[in-house]
Amino acid sequence: MSALAHVPTGSGQSASPPPAARPGRHRFLPYLLLLPGAAWLFLFFALPLLQLAAASLYDPNGTLSTGYALTWAFGNYPTALQQYWPQFTRSFLYAGIALVLALLMGYPLAYAIAQKAGRWKNLLLVCVVAPMFTSFLVRTLAWKTILSDNGWLVGLLRDVHLLGPDGRLLATPIAVVLGLTYNFLPFLVLPLYASLERLDYRLLEAASDLYASPLKTFRRVTLPLSMPGLIAGTLLFFIPATGDYINAELLGTPNEYMIGNVIDSAFLVRLDYPQGAALSFLLMSAILAVVFVYLRRAGTEEVL
Amino acid sequence: MARETPAGDLRLAHLTKTFGAFTAVDDLSLTIPQGSFFALLGASGCGKTTTLRMIAGLEEPTSGQVLLGDRDIARLRPYKRPVNTVFQSYALFPHLDIFENVAFGLRRRGIRSVDGQVRQMLSLVQLAGYERRRPAQLSGGQQQRVALARALINHPQVLLLDEPLGALDLKLRRQMQIELKRIQTEVGITFVHVTHDQEEAMTMADTVAVMNAGRIEQLGAPAEIYEFPATAFVANFLGQSNLIAGDVSGGNGGDILVTAHGARFSVPSARARTNQGPVYLGVRPEKLHLAGAAVQVPSGSQHLDGTITDASYVGVSTQYLLRTGWGTELSVFVANSGAQQRFAVGERAVAYWDPRHAFLLGRRADEEDRTTPVLDEPVGASS
Repeated sequence: MSALAHVPTGSGQSASPPPAARPGRHRFLPYLLLLPGAAWLFLFFALPLLQLAAASLYDPNGTLSTGYALTWAFGNYPTALQQYWPQFTRSFLYAGIALVLALLMGYPLAYAIAQKAGRWKNLLLVCVVAPMFTSFLVRTLAWKTILSDNGWLVGLLRDVHLLGPDGRLLATPIAVVLGLTYNFLPFLVLPLYASLERLDYRLLEAASDLYASPLKTFRRVTLPLSMPGLIAGTLLFFIPATGDYINAELLGTPNEYMIGNVIDSAFLVRLDYPQGAALSFLLMSAILAVVFVYLRRAGTEEVL
Repeated sequence: MARETPAGDLRLAHLTKTFGAFTAVDDLSLTIPQGSFFALLGASGCGKTTTLRMIAGLEEPTSGQVLLGDRDIARLRPYKRPVNTVFQSYALFPHLDIFENVAFGLRRRGIRSVDGQVRQMLSLVQLAGYERRRPAQLSGGQQQRVALARALINHPQVLLLDEPLGALDLKLRRQMQIELKRIQTEVGITFVHVTHDQEEAMTMADTVAVMNAGRIEQLGAPAEIYEFPATAFVANFLGQSNLIAGDVSGGNGGDILVTAHGARFSVPSARARTNQGPVYLGVRPEKLHLAGAAVQVPSGSQHLDGTITDASYVGVSTQYLLRTGWGTELSVFVANSGAQQRFAVGERAVAYWDPRHAFLLGRRADEEDRTTPVLDEPVGASS
């Protein structure tokens, strides 16, 4: 998040003069402080990433027992994409719909907590975070109960004829999207809350004094000023939601499987390491592309 | 909305605002003539800002009316009122540049070509060339001028100023006081200015209303209020006064006779707010003069003997404290014109004044002399 908050604004600003030379033994101190974190990232992020990149280029005919040869098999990528593009598009579609639902619920929620909750603020924040105290898996299993065919929700929806007599929620795309929305909502709400909490109500009064109706005030003042939180929250929601496989696994059927499920099975069931690695890289670059376009469009530089 | 026919005077009628059990503004009625520079002066918590916010529409009155001409605007939403505010914190939009900040009101009213007006307004507040800066890149004084331009560009019928100079340093404040007065004269809009700084109110306003505990204690031209305050609160809030507790002991033609601490004084009845009972005899420190002995006191003056207990040289004047026979210390400001005799601490001296410069106020029977200068307040308008 902080990396996003410091996009350099570039033009026009006079560069501050370099700080005066300090005694030599302090010059390397900042780098020394960086060392543990850098070592950690190198060992547990950069190296595995390289290993994964190499695996994605292994000979696809190898197996775990016979071993793999690095044959620079770039063909793994088009093959994987050809075979699994429906799961790919489904991932982005489900995560996208879930994001829209989460924004519709999360923005008003974050706004209410930040600006209107008064002394209930902390309690409400705890309510947002509290589900995270239990495991992701347990929460998703609880949704399985809620959405089950003989649960109260399906019964209610059948009674009011929103669902047919044999209609169900579990094992449908709806269940997967609901699960995604629920599970990642706090990641959207918390950064939004942080932005909206800093919003000075006097700016809203000023806008109102300057002929802006509540709707115009929202569009011209509240929304632009909450942009940093909105961007951070959207990314924190969308990125893990796209790669998620638990919700599709527990609340859906193979017809709802997302790309995460495919990668999961490539590594753990089919033991097709080159394909799993290639899919992982495809997912990563697709998300990076989406994020890049999004950040360009959202214009963080303008906002921050 | 822009440049409507002048709406006429702003009238507050029986305006009341309560927050729970606390009454912030208590049955306030006053008329602010169109085109005047009006100051609401009071200590913090006296209800002046609440009054302003009710005019702006940011606070809804518990009862009463806010009339602009004949129209009651008390229940209109703020964005529907022909009134704009310069906020104490300026409340500039940090995500917009100076140009867009100033254009905000015009754009919200659907005006497309704002360029000319914005540039004209920015040059009025001497900020031409700053269009593309962000508020955070400007100094406090510049931000204040942007806030002023952002409000004025809408040609409101009333401009509200909520302690707009409070955050500026002394020198800049003086500059902006003159500047604000110049702009008000130029645009001819009614300015309602809320401040706790009596000097600021007196410098700029045509009419000052001194507020205390949700009510107006006195309303009038600055000189009128300063020279002849109506209450002890006003006498000490607006500048500084020596208030000597006494009782009316009779009349003598056009004068009222007062006995205080065993001495007898007289005040012209035109200078008296009451003519009976317990009173305060008031004299401003700069209206008191010092002499070495009673024989040097000009005829027609009233005088008091005492001992100098403090002498502070402050450049333009020397401020003395004179302890009277009954122990009260009077403030005496003597201009350093070079013609006056200097007094040292411990010396005997006589303070005298022209009775036409004294004033007589009502007093509760249990109230004592009030002469101690209020700390933290700028001393008088004489500085």
